[in-house]
Amino acid sequence: MVEKEHLIDLQHICKEYDDTAVLTDINLYIRKKEFVTLLGPSGCGKTTTLRIIGGFEYPTSGTLLFEGKDIGAMPPYKRKVNTIFQKYALFPHLNVFDNIAFGQKIAKVPTKEINIRVEKMLELVNLIGYGKRSVDQLSGGQQQRVAIARALVNEPQVLLLDEPLGALDLKLRKDMQLELKRMQQALGITFLYVTHDQEEALTMSDTVVVMSDGRILQIGDPKSVYDEPANAFVADFIGESNIMRGVMLQDELVRFSGANFPCVDAGFGENQPVDVVVRPEDIMIVGNDIGQITGIVQSVLFKGVHYEMMIDTGETIFKVHSTVMQAQGSNVGLSIVPYNIHIMKPMLRPVLPSEGEEEEAL
Amino acid sequence: MRKLVKRGYLALILLFLYIPIIVLILQSFNAGKSRAKWEGFSLQWYSELFKDQAIMKALYVTLSIAVIAAIAATVLGTLAAIGIHAMRKRPQAVMMTMTNLPMTMPDIVTGISLMILFTFSKIERGYITMLLAHITFNTPYVILSVLPKLKQMNKHTYEAALDLGASPTYALVHVILPEISPGVITGLLLAFTLSLDDFVISYFTTSPMVQNLSTLIYSKARIGIEPTLNALSALMFLALLVLLLIVNRRASKPAKAR
Amino acid sequence: MNQSLSLPSWMLWLLGLFLLGFVLLAVYSVKRTNGIRRSFFASPYSLWMVLFTIVPCVLIAYYALTDANGAFTLDNFRNFWDSNYSVNQLYTQMGPEYEVLIQRGTVNIGILVYSLWMALLCTIICLVLGYPAAYFMADRNIKIGSILVVLFIIPMWMNFLLRTIAWMTLLEDQGLINTLLKSLGFHSVQLMYNDRAVLLGMVYNFLPFMVFPIYTSLTKMDSKLLEAAQDLGANHLHTFWRVTAPLSLPGVISGITMVFMPSVTTFFIPRILGGGNTMMFGDLIENRFLTEGNWNLGSALSLIMMVLILISLSVLRKADPEGEGGGMI
Repeated sequence: MVEKEHLIDLQHICKEYDDTAVLTDINLYIRKKEFVTLLGPSGCGKTTTLRIIGGFEYPTSGTLLFEGKDIGAMPPYKRKVNTIFQKYALFPHLNVFDNIAFGQKIAKVPTKEINIRVEKMLELVNLIGYGKRSVDQLSGGQQQRVAIARALVNEPQVLLLDEPLGALDLKLRKDMQLELKRMQQALGITFLYVTHDQEEALTMSDTVVVMSDGRILQIGDPKSVYDEPANAFVADFIGESNIMRGVMLQDELVRFSGANFPCVDAGFGENQPVDVVVRPEDIMIVGNDIGQITGIVQSVLFKGVHYEMMIDTGETIFKVHSTVMQAQGSNVGLSIVPYNIHIMKPMLRPVLPSEGEEEEAL
Repeated sequence: MRKLVKRGYLALILLFLYIPIIVLILQSFNAGKSRAKWEGFSLQWYSELFKDQAIMKALYVTLSIAVIAAIAATVLGTLAAIGIHAMRKRPQAVMMTMTNLPMTMPDIVTGISLMILFTFSKIERGYITMLLAHITFNTPYVILSVLPKLKQMNKHTYEAALDLGASPTYALVHVILPEISPGVITGLLLAFTLSLDDFVISYFTTSPMVQNLSTLIYSKARIGIEPTLNALSALMFLALLVLLLIVNRRASKPAKAR
Repeated sequence: MNQSLSLPSWMLWLLGLFLLGFVLLAVYSVKRTNGIRRSFFASPYSLWMVLFTIVPCVLIAYYALTDANGAFTLDNFRNFWDSNYSVNQLYTQMGPEYEVLIQRGTVNIGILVYSLWMALLCTIICLVLGYPAAYFMADRNIKIGSILVVLFIIPMWMNFLLRTIAWMTLLEDQGLINTLLKSLGFHSVQLMYNDRAVLLGMVYNFLPFMVFPIYTSLTKMDSKLLEAAQDLGANHLHTFWRVTAPLSLPGVISGITMVFMPSVTTFFIPRILGGGNTMMFGDLIENRFLTEGNWNLGSALSLIMMVLILISLSVLRKADPEGEGGGMI
């Protein structure tokens, strides 16, 4: 089923490498002018997916459609996509101007036209006057902007970005995130972005695709992925969470951490084991006589924006974010609004970070 | 005191290395043929040298084979290095074993095996066979010079070129080659040097009609050293010095930003 | 003269098929790659190496295992062990009275042992002479060090035949040294055409190959390690023994490799400086091939030599598994 407005369509893409499955049944479509981020931990297959779209890897099976046409066998130099590589991959023997002009030269654009376009690009990325510089004299941020200019000057329909901001320091990274978003909207190009930084994904994207271990776990806009994670892994990866095993006693009532909590989810059956997710900022600290559950404050960390406190209820250690500090050792009550308790089907090997042991999710 | 001992020792060793060369050079100016008696200063052996057809021909053979074999080995080896670098682990290991094999084989075995090959295939031994042999033993060294440069290269630059529209050939010529050129040059020079000096392999893969300098010297040595050979040695030494001076000059120039 | 080529035609067919298969493989890999895989760039080289390295080796093995008529035999190896083998076989056939005459000929073995012994001596001398040289060279401040390296390189680049022959001028009975001795009133000494001359020639030729790897590994060594050792209380001798020597071991191994291998297989040096009195293994092989025209025996000897080299290489590699020794490249 190919929808006309899908620019890129991945259907049942699988990739095997030396008998190991790197990607399993990837189904994804990307629309025009969309900012899509592939998000996941290292080794989840997000870069491989990107490279398949770029043409640097061939899928073991499955179909790759571009504007409705199968481009699975098309080599990268014929595809209308351009890539920004992780370490920019600038050509060291060419200066900034020649780097940017590289693709245009191959396309046999007349020299005068090349000069105009490259200058426009330099302006776009704020590097006017840097044309003659050699690339190893540039800082990381400047190199990255040259890489962007080099790709965008060819006016691709899709720009693939492979963790481009990884090597930059925090402040620069945040500036560049906004910069890239602005560029994408101004130019109207589809961006396919790969990162392991969930905050980055949530900030920039129209759509977030959460991947793990070669599979897609959830696709959605940032808010829904954050608020309604599909499973414990997503919940743990996006934002911070407390994840625990619990038992769904009946519709809208769940038991975890030794107490019963009203919640808003239904349809799980009776007395079924489930995964329970609660965000640290959703746990309210109240007097220990009116809370749903009580606990002792184990540690307090000042995080600038809020205090992060670890509270031990005996059965579980909750991570709680609050702008009000509770002293270490004090006895407090915890309360959670039913709406903020997320229930999901248990994963094969559930993540239980709150119990002090990090188990691998998946 | 310590320093004196150290310097003295080094001087002794260097003396040991240079004595024969000095003797050769001095003898080249000896007017007489005797190897022990000095019979006056003369340049006659130098002029005899240039008149000696056999030596000039051998010089031509040596130089031409060295140049051609070096270029051929560099082309073959550079392409091979690029290919090997792009291989997966197992085929890569196989290729590297095959590359290291000729270097571990003693040159006498290499020479003999090639001789057998040529005779077996009924190819007349001569210039061509010697050339083929030189290319064979030079190429692994080129590969070993180029591979480290490939490993240092950012692995995405080739893909970036393809991504921007370059065909693989274009990317090879305009992106990969410029980056590995120091390794290629080193390989070329190494191959050239190895060919210039080769004796054993050339000995087995050529015919008495086609001699390079080394085989010629060998045939003359059995009979006895001719004074013209001394002159030849002196000239070679001079050429070497000049070459090294030039190389040193270029090396001490500020290196380009790379 | 050369062996008459009595190779069976099936061998040629096999070779042809093999080549065809290889070409097909190359074409297939080009088609499959769609321009991404650069591994097919290495195919011309692979083809070349198969033709000019693998096939010749196979041929050597072939000749080693066959006799003059192309029939399979191990006699070549038996001949190596007992150089009178064929004659002894004859004696055995002629009857028990001739058994008295059966004597094992140890010519080949003797030469092999002699070559190994000479190579060992040469390696040891090079090590003893070369290590201090490398050590002092590396010990200096940078300027002098690099000039010294150049000075060491120059003789290496001069044609080694000429340099070896030059020793003739010095060592001959009417050579320089003897002339000098005579003028001082001593007798002339037999300096050439014996194994001392050959050993000298070998050491002369191979010494730089010992010096360089050791020099490289010494210069690669972090000088801070020496300072650390002294900081911890080690005097110079201690520092050398406990720190410098072990760290330079890869270079030493590399040097030993680069000296021992060519020493065993050299044929030029013993021939020129030793005359007929010092036949070494390389000599022997060359002799069998070119003088006697006995390709079968010569190939067997070559195979034995290769096996020996491979064994010594693997032993040496065990001592330096990471191959850190500074090579010539």
